[in-house]
Amino acid sequence: MIEIENVRKSFGSLEILKGVSLNVEKGEVVSVIGGSGSGKSTLLMCINGLEPIQGGRIVVDGVDVHDRRTDINKLRQKIGIVFQQWNAFPHLTVLENVTLAPRKVLGIGRREAEEVAVRHLAHVGLGDKLGVFPSKLSGGQQQRMAIARALAMSPDYMLFDEVTSALDPQLVGEVLATLRMLSEEGMTMIIVTHEIRFARDVSDRVAFFREGVIHEIGPPEQVIGNPQRPETVEFLNSVL
Amino acid sequence: MLDYTFHWRPALRALPEMLSGALVTLEIAVLSMILGTIAGVLLALARQSGNRLLSGFATGWIELARNTPALLQVYMAYFGLGSIGIFLDSYLSVLLGIAFNNAGYLAETFRGAMRAIPHTQVRAARSLGMGSAKAFRLIVLPQMFRIAFYPMTNQMVWAILMTSIGVIVGLDTDLTGVTQELNVRTFRTFEYFAIAAVLYYLIAKLVTVSARLMAWRLFRY
Ligand SMILES: Nc1ncnc2c1ncn2[C@@H]1O[C@H](COP(=O)(O)OP(=O)(O)OP(=O)(O)O)[C@@H](O)[C@H]1O
Ligand SMILES: [Mg+2]
Repeated sequence: MIEIENVRKSFGSLEILKGVSLNVEKGEVVSVIGGSGSGKSTLLMCINGLEPIQGGRIVVDGVDVHDRRTDINKLRQKIGIVFQQWNAFPHLTVLENVTLAPRKVLGIGRREAEEVAVRHLAHVGLGDKLGVFPSKLSGGQQQRMAIARALAMSPDYMLFDEVTSALDPQLVGEVLATLRMLSEEGMTMIIVTHEIRFARDVSDRVAFFREGVIHEIGPPEQVIGNPQRPETVEFLNSVL
Repeated sequence: MLDYTFHWRPALRALPEMLSGALVTLEIAVLSMILGTIAGVLLALARQSGNRLLSGFATGWIELARNTPALLQVYMAYFGLGSIGIFLDSYLSVLLGIAFNNAGYLAETFRGAMRAIPHTQVRAARSLGMGSAKAFRLIVLPQMFRIAFYPMTNQMVWAILMTSIGVIVGLDTDLTGVTQELNVRTFRTFEYFAIAAVLYYLIAKLVTVSARLMAWRLFRY
């Protein structure tokens, strides 16, 4: 379970997160929607400790992410994240991209790591690209590789940051299909997305982010289907 | 001047001797590059470390290496260190002097190369549970060496040519040293130095060509 309690986060004097609270249960899929610059990416970075916070706390399975005594590398092993920008390791093949962390972080042998990697890559439809370098992949394929790479660590949680926003429309579908598949398999996920329809279909709850706080949260039928707050209505009108 | 007649045959007879000198030259250059690369990476890191003492030390080294003659750097390794009680033989002082120079230039090359690697690469590595050292070794270093590879090749050629200043500290086993010895013995200055020049040229070419082959093998992406 991910517990986010009244989290505050600033870059310099600019406060980005102004008291965010959100609990994500095991197996739950929560989508985060909201305007550009509202702090959605920043929140994901805070959840796996890539960014420090200035107030509140984030607790994952009982472990405080930002506590100095926390073994953050260990904690990150169970929180997979796929970033907004493509983040393939260009000097490694697709297979090596996916086996690297299991081998070098978890200490799994090459053969076993490759078996797991091949399974995940096949799962996201890249079974025929094992020896290819990322530069030869399309954006959608790179993004799916990043998903396989995160999954190869057998995480308990997956965080997705607008994994389709940099993609051509025809590639969006394939990545969303991958996310949908994961949600059906029971993966706990926080999905930052601009794809409102997708968020409605796949989420247990949708959180509307505005000005550094969660402005409205609830089941998709409410937040997207019948929003209670005028700002939510306004946002949805602007993107739908 | 016009009464100087070329005598190539005796000069060519000294070729094996000169070739073994060329080998020593290559050996010093390779070792100085290995040392220079290791020190260069550490200097580049030290310079960005944010620690005043470390970055000051690194900046001092880099500035000296790049803005003083290599000849003086070798001289300092031989006589300068000698005056504070550290006595190096001529081979070691040439090796360390050139390694010092290489490290200074390479540190700047590496620093630039590291800057060219997007920060998102480290972030992605850290998100997979790698510690910062592991992320550096597995993600940053390999990409850095690719970006720095051609400047490194240039530095290697430069290192080969720099070894020739070893004569000033009495190095007599490298190509220039051997040539100088032959010259003193026979006064066939032009012939010997012409052969030496050709050999330097060939070693330099050999290095660039094999670097190109290596790059082709190593950097498949
Ligand atoms: N490293 C940083 N240093 C300073 N400011 C930052 C940094 N990262 C993000 N910001 C600022 O924080 C704010 C929130 O950024 P964030 O990337 O979290 O927004 P977002 O909701 O993900 O937006 P988008 O939908 O455009 O991705 C922005 O104003 C951004 O300029
Ligand atoms: Mg973002």
